[in-house]
This record gives sequence, structure tokens and C-alpha cells, in this order.
Amino acid sequence: MEAIQENTYDVIVVGSGISGGWAAKEFTEKGFKTLLIERGRMVEHIKDYPTASKHPWEFEHRNRKTMRDKTENRLISRHYAYNESTRHFYINDDDQEFIQEKPFYWIRGYQLGGKSLLWARQTQRWSDFEFEAPKKYGYGTDWPIRYAELAPWYSHVERFVGIAGNRDGIPNLPDSEVVGSFEMNRVERAIADSIDANYTDRKAIIGRCANLAELAEIQREQGRNKCMARSLCSRGCPFGAYFSSNSSTIPHARKTGNLTIVTDTIVESVEYDETNKRATGVRTISTHDKSGKIYRAKVIFLNAATLNTNLILMNSRSERFPNGLGNDNGLLGRFVTFHNYRGQITADFPGYEDSYYYGRRPTQVFMPAFKNIHHPEPRFMGSYMIAFSASRKRGQGTEETLGAAFKDALTLPGSWKVSMMMQGEVIPIHENHVRLSKDKQDKYGLPQLITSIGYTENDVAMMEDFWAEGTAMLEKAGAKNIQTTDRHEAFGRQPGLEVHDVGGVRMGRDPDTSLLNAHNQLHLCKNVFVTDGACMSSVGNQNPSLTFMALTARAANYAMEQLKEGVL
Amino acid sequence: MNRRDAIARVAWVMGGTVIGANLFLTGCTRKATKNVESLFEPDIIDFLGDVADTILPPTSSPGAKEAGVGGFIPVMVRDCYPPEDQKVFVEGLGKLEDAAKAKFHRAFRKLEADERTELLTEIDKEAREHQQNKKKADLNHYFFMLKQITLLGYFTSELGATRALRYVPVPGKYIGDYPYKKGDKAWAI
Repeated sequence: MEAIQENTYDVIVVGSGISGGWAAKEFTEKGFKTLLIERGRMVEHIKDYPTASKHPWEFEHRNRKTMRDKTENRLISRHYAYNESTRHFYINDDDQEFIQEKPFYWIRGYQLGGKSLLWARQTQRWSDFEFEAPKKYGYGTDWPIRYAELAPWYSHVERFVGIAGNRDGIPNLPDSEVVGSFEMNRVERAIADSIDANYTDRKAIIGRCANLAELAEIQREQGRNKCMARSLCSRGCPFGAYFSSNSSTIPHARKTGNLTIVTDTIVESVEYDETNKRATGVRTISTHDKSGKIYRAKVIFLNAATLNTNLILMNSRSERFPNGLGNDNGLLGRFVTFHNYRGQITADFPGYEDSYYYGRRPTQVFMPAFKNIHHPEPRFMGSYMIAFSASRKRGQGTEETLGAAFKDALTLPGSWKVSMMMQGEVIPIHENHVRLSKDKQDKYGLPQLITSIGYTENDVAMMEDFWAEGTAMLEKAGAKNIQTTDRHEAFGRQPGLEVHDVGGVRMGRDPDTSLLNAHNQLHLCKNVFVTDGACMSSVGNQNPSLTFMALTARAANYAMEQLKEGVL
Repeated sequence: MNRRDAIARVAWVMGGTVIGANLFLTGCTRKATKNVESLFEPDIIDFLGDVADTILPPTSSPGAKEAGVGGFIPVMVRDCYPPEDQKVFVEGLGKLEDAAKAKFHRAFRKLEADERTELLTEIDKEAREHQQNKKKADLNHYFFMLKQITLLGYFTSELGATRALRYVPVPGKYIGDYPYKKGDKAWAI
């Protein structure tokens, strides 16, 4: 199997999701011939969003999951956005079998754009409180970068993406470049005001998200439009109002004439040249006929999404790297982490019945972390962010249980309800890992991934703290009937379902304890970069995608400098 | 909070009815006399429409039958419920007829509107008590399923969403404080 001249590029980007799209954009914009390899099918913006403008009654099952979803796609159909209108953006369980040594919901969407079509679009910057936390509190490994190094790249990414939100001036949630914002409803405002009045260490703000509340010229040039507040984002947006690779980075990269896209092609490994001590390309398998092909490039960016990037590196075995590319220290696949979504609080909120809202908002209210920020907590490690929203559910109370009065009561909005959730940092530990099965293969002949990732007592202690803090805040605000739920106990929720799995190829200062350097290069194979979630040394409390995008843009520009200087 | 309460609470968290929330339930003691395909017979669809129309009758907005709920129920029972629930459902329709005959000595569709309401109110009470008291392994009551599907089907139908509720497919923007005066309809989604 030989790579021919036409299969040779400056750069290969593996994966077209949220970070891969950014790598492609940055390289092509600066004139580098870039090959973007996607294992899933082609999905063109708008044209391939078949359900985007359908009414509820146009779905046979009114958007509910069927028994077929639940039996044939038992694991992936658990994702909150999986339903009749979105299922075509997810894989089926048997498309890529894997082994759960501990329960783990590995949610995957294989198509051009990957999960950037499905993401929850919440964008919060990290601060030095997150970059410094592992060192300060003694877990994981020290990040090799600090906020100041990433801040300009956050700005670079945000200006292009278009972020809705306010400049809130919160030290541990640095301000983004924003254009327009969404707003709170009356009950959310009342709770936020009560928090302001009762606490000095925390503040509730309207979420920052990648939906265009307003748009700037740069998004107009991308052919995108303002958010119509339909909240049907995960079907793909016909207005291009939320950021995805499909709506933004990929079409932008295509316009340069420097982008080649290959879909339906799985990267099985990175090719390593023992003589020149560098990667030379990638080995691929066609998902149509399983035929193999090698593509070559000077630089390779792995953006296959956290666990697949781990899989590819572990499967890239050579004489020099028998345990996977760059893996002399045996830490490849280790310190995989995720976000703790176990805790939930619900409550009733009396009053405000003269107020309602109009439209469906693509974000909610967020409260930046306030624990393990300035002071260490005795009971648990890591920080957590809180998100909440208030809404009026349909249906007012009536004595009747069926008939005319019952029906008419159901046509009216009911009283206000509040729902509050946590997004907690799960501490990276050596035990939480992925590795390759020695004997089981998937249908393409690739080794199956074994996931061994679980909760610890720390996650439970953090959840209990969230319950206590959340309950106290809601009580002070005047909420009633406050109920706490452990979604793991109540609904069997498992790690992975939040789709914030990160790590396994962590960045660090020391090649003995990390895989990647401060520029996301493999310490031991400098022309291979990992800039998706796999690179994360810890997970912080923020929604992660914005940070992947900023890290990608930063690493791509570093790689371009190195290419120009002839170093790479 | 126990599991059942948690599931009930999530119904509104998710903004809708939980269909098939009790899929973990197993075991069935009675044999079905007819299979789920029989629900698609025009006569049964018409019957289901009449039952649904008793739950959600025409008022200032169209009723469930006109909104097509009679035809929606068989699709949901066939595709969204496990076989043991399907059996309970199919058998349940027979029980509903038996109850009509026992109480009024006539078939359900021969009953006057107020008789239908009276009958179904009793069955609904029985169904709610069943759901309240049942053990984890016990099956759902057929009328509990029928009512859930009726509510889902009606309020997501074109007539239900646009006439009984306010349906705005493309709001254009979000307004956080939108005046509400008594009697204004809820948003459909």
C-alpha cells in the first residue's frame, strides 16, 4: 500500500468536528494544502438537515423514541438530544462496538461536522483558577500553559464563531468577545437578584453561547443569520444561527481552494518513519469497501474526538513505539475524565403569574464556580458550575381528570418551575482509562476500545455539596417544594452521557508524565498534534468546546510558524 | 425521592409526557386475544378516536378525534411500547367494552356523551390508583397508557398545537418578560 503523489498534503486533519473544523480553517486560510478526513458521511449545511423545519405533527412518533431506538441503539439513544428529529446525526451502537469495563455511555456522531451539529453550544472561557488548580490542589499534572497564553486565541475564535452573552466581569469566568445576548425571564431574574443580595462569592449570569443573538459582519460573511429562538438546534439550523463546522469553519475553509475533504474514511493509525523520527501520514480504511489507503503530510492534527484520538494513537504501533505513538511513559489513555452531572434540583416558584416569556431560548442561567476557587473545600476536590432555568409548564390544576374542563385547563400555562443542574469537575485519576482490546475487533477490524471510567466518592461528595448550596439559594429566593435527585441513582445515568469526556493524551511540562507539550505536540513525535478533548490535563467546570477550539487555533498557528521555519 | 417520583418529576423537566417510562417492567399473566395489528382496523381506530374524544372533547378548540388521535394511538402502541404493554393495551380495550356493558348495558359507542365521561372517569380513577399502588414489577394500566398517548397525540397534532395552544414555529427572538393575562393559551412547544 503506497501513497501516491496526489495523496500528499501539507497537513492532514483527522476529524471534522468542532476542533478539526478549526484546524482546517486556520491552515487553509494561510495557504496550506489541507486534507480533512472524516469517518462519517458527507453532511452539507442546510441541504442535509432533513428535519430542520418540520412541525411536531410531521413526525410519526411525535419525536419520541421508539422501542427500536431503545433496543437496537440502547446506549446512544440515551443522549438527551437523541430523538426522531436528530437520530440521523448519531451512530448506532453496532457501528463501532466497544467494551465497557465500567458503565460508560460513549456518545458518537459520525458525519462531516461530527458532534458540532449536536453540541449544547455553551461557551465559557477557562481562567487561571482552572489552569492552576491541578498544581495548587495537587491532582493530575500541571498545565503547561496559563490563561494569558490562551486569551488571544479565545478572542480569535469567539469573534469568528459569534458568542451571545454579556461582559460580566467575573474573575473565574473571563469575559468573551460577545455580540448580543439572551436574557433571563422574571423568575430567573428574581433568583439571580436574591443570590446577589445573599452572597458575595457567586453570581448568576445569562449563559454565553454560540447562537447568534445578534451578528457581526464576520458571521454575515459566512452566510449565517440571527437566532430565531426556535430551540431546534440539534436538527441543524437552516438559518446557520448556531456555530458548527458545517455552518462556519468548513465552508470558510472550502472557499480558500486549499481544502480537500474525504468522508467515509476511518483513520486506523498514524504512520511513523523510524529513520527520520517523524510521522509521515495516516493509514485509512474505507467504510464502504474496507479498502486501505495511505495519505501523507508534513503535519498531522488529530481531532477525532477524545476517545477515538486515544484509539488511533494506541493503534499506531511501530518498532520504536510498541505501545502506541509517543507512549514511552505508558500514560496514553490514562487520566480520562468527564463532567459530573449527577445532581439535579427541582422546585416550584410561586407568583409571577402575570409574566410569561416568548420564544425558546438556546441557553440558560449559569453560575460560575464558587467552591475550590479561592479556598480549598475540606470535603471534595474540584469545582462545579451551576446552571438553572425557570419555566411555566403547560397545564393548570383542575379537579377534573378528563373531559372539557380538564382539556381547557391543559391549554393554559401552569405555575413556575425551576430546574437546576451541576457541571462538576471530575478529578483526573490514573485508574480512569481507556485501552485497546487484545482480541476483540470492531466490524472494520480495528481493535475495540475498552473503557474503564467511573465515578468516585469525590463526585458524590461534590453532588451533596451542590444539593446543599442549591437548596439554600432556592430557599432564600422563595422557591418551594425543593427536591434533590441523584440522576445516577434515579435514572442509571453513567459517565459519558454529558459528552464531555476529555484526556488520555494530556498536555504537560514533563515528557515523563505527559504526552503533549505546551503547543499540543506529541513530546516524542513533534509533527503530530492533538487538539481535541484528548489533550486536556484536567476538565475544569466549564463547557469544554470553546477551549478545544482556542487550543486548536493556537496550535495550528504555531505549527504554521514551524513549517515556515523549516522545523517541521 | 424514589425512582417513580423522580420519573414523574422529570416528565415536566423534559417538557412533556414520559412515554414508556416503565419499560423495565416485565411479566404478564393474561393472554392477549388480539394482537397489536388489530388496533389498525378502521373500526378500532374510530373507537379509539371516540375514547380519546371523551378524554379531550371538542370545546372552543377541536377534540382529540378530529385531531387524528384515534389513528395515532395504534402507531405509538406498536412502535413505542414493549410487547407486554401492548398485550395489556389490546386486552384493555375489551375490558373497557365490558365495563360499558356492565354499567350501562350498551357498547361504548352506543353511550351518550355524559355516560362516556362518567364511565371513563371511573376507569381513569381505577387506572390512577393502579399506577399509584402498583409494585415496580407490575404492568401499567391500559387506560394510563391510552390517556398518556392521547395527551401527547393531541397537543402535538396540528389542530391541538395551533388551536388549543399557541404554536409559533419561528419566534424570531426571545423575550424574557412577556405579559401574561388570564386565559392566554400556553405555548405549544
